[in-house]
Amino acid sequence: MKYLLLKHYRGGPAPAVEIEPMDRWAPAEVDAHIKYMQDFAARLEQRGEYVDGQALSPDGAFVRYDGEGRPPVTDGPFAETKDLIAGWMVIDVESWDRAVQLAGELSAAPGPGGKPIHEWLEVRPFLTEPPTVTE
Amino acid sequence: MNEPLLRELVPAVIGVLVRRGADFASAEDAVQEALIRALETWQADPPRDPKAWLIAVAWHRFLDATRAETSRRGRELAVEVEPPAGPAPATDDSLRLYFLCAHPTLPQSSAVALTLRAVGGLTTRQIATAYLVPEATMAQRISRAKKRIAGMPLDQPGDLGTVLRVLYLVFNEGYGGKVDLASEAIRLTRHLITLTDEPEVAGLLALMLLHHARRESRTGTGGRLVPLAEQDRSRWDTSLIAEGVMVLQAALVRDRLGEYQAQAAIAALHADARSAAETDWVQIVEWYDELLQLNSSPVVRLNRAVAVGEADGPEAGLAALADVNPDLPRYTAVLAHLHDRAGDLELAAELYAAAARSATSVPERDHLTREAGRVRQLLRA
Repeated sequence: MKYLLLKHYRGGPAPAVEIEPMDRWAPAEVDAHIKYMQDFAARLEQRGEYVDGQALSPDGAFVRYDGEGRPPVTDGPFAETKDLIAGWMVIDVESWDRAVQLAGELSAAPGPGGKPIHEWLEVRPFLTEPPTVTE
Repeated sequence: MNEPLLRELVPAVIGVLVRRGADFASAEDAVQEALIRALETWQADPPRDPKAWLIAVAWHRFLDATRAETSRRGRELAVEVEPPAGPAPATDDSLRLYFLCAHPTLPQSSAVALTLRAVGGLTTRQIATAYLVPEATMAQRISRAKKRIAGMPLDQPGDLGTVLRVLYLVFNEGYGGKVDLASEAIRLTRHLITLTDEPEVAGLLALMLLHHARRESRTGTGGRLVPLAEQDRSRWDTSLIAEGVMVLQAALVRDRLGEYQAQAAIAALHADARSAAETDWVQIVEWYDELLQLNSSPVVRLNRAVAVGEADGPEAGLAALADVNPDLPRYTAVLAHLHDRAGDLELAAELYAAAARSATSVPERDHLTREAGRVRQLLRA
């Protein structure tokens, strides 16, 4: 079963621990954080549970169709939107419980002082193919 | 090139390497490499004796890998470099291979992957494509599975139940990808039937054939889901149905009923009906009662409630649904359908919409959304 782990810059429940923005961390703390993420992905791949993952820039804009023969309308970028996605990882695991366990592990990535940042991760199941046998 | 023939040879060739002294994990790796080489070269340069070619290439790969390993560890080569003279023994290790690959200690996804590779002769890339994960992830999943069963002998009887479960999962994965997993599951189950005398294997094969027969009619344009009652029955594959019914009857006369036989019997009753209206729902309910005796699962109860609704009317169906766990996927969809049939359209529309929100697949979600829309149109009219 595939699940999306969504990391938000903003949005989601109130942070469990207030953490300074990453650009105020010591360089070694940033390195440790990034290494934790990479090691986490590598472990997932070794266990046969990794599908994909990417980080997203906070830049970008909303875009929509504006009628025949007209260019699309863009809106943004927004400095203060309520929800901003920072990145995502797709995992393929045996169960929801396993997905929750892994999200918990990812959320323990170290921040300032090497302490876990306790960030909220959103876990969302993928829609699948319908089963063949249904009666 | 005859790829199905090539794939059929894979388990036998693994068996030959294991009998020559290779451990299962290394033998399986070597045969996978030989298989990939065959896929690359046989087209232009087909061998006269495909099996002998595979054995020779796999054996050399195995020796190369073992030499590299032993020199790395500074140990003696543990196996004979030259294969024993004379023809390979005729023993068929395929059944043992099924048991090992579907070993109860393995997670289901690993058992599925290992079975498809070692018994099914698929490449890691094909399996990865079928399950929409990167090849490296699938390779690791298989390699971890082999580590977990390392040291388990290949000459032990195993658990047929987990083997059948794995084949059922492969079949039920559907037709999403480029690799036709349903046909692959049928091929492996046909092979399994020649290796064991258990009527449940026939029951599973019959179940697969009877569902596979409806394959073309199950989806409409753009992957749209067509429910059983609305399927164009003239598109059902009558030869698959005939075979499925025959396989099932031969299993049932042996009087050792199991859940796959009971499920196949239900599928056979659907296959028998020339139109949805002619379905023998009373007999289908009886088979669900049998099935409940064998496996009292919530899903069986849910499907039974659908059948009761058809046999005795929606009120009876709703009553049968009362003791089903509402957390089940499809529970709300069934509830919506029964209220729809009972004429309670307001409630049905709301339930269809709720069921769409909790659907686990895109075609089911879209189907339920259309159902909600259809009922709401009726309400407005």
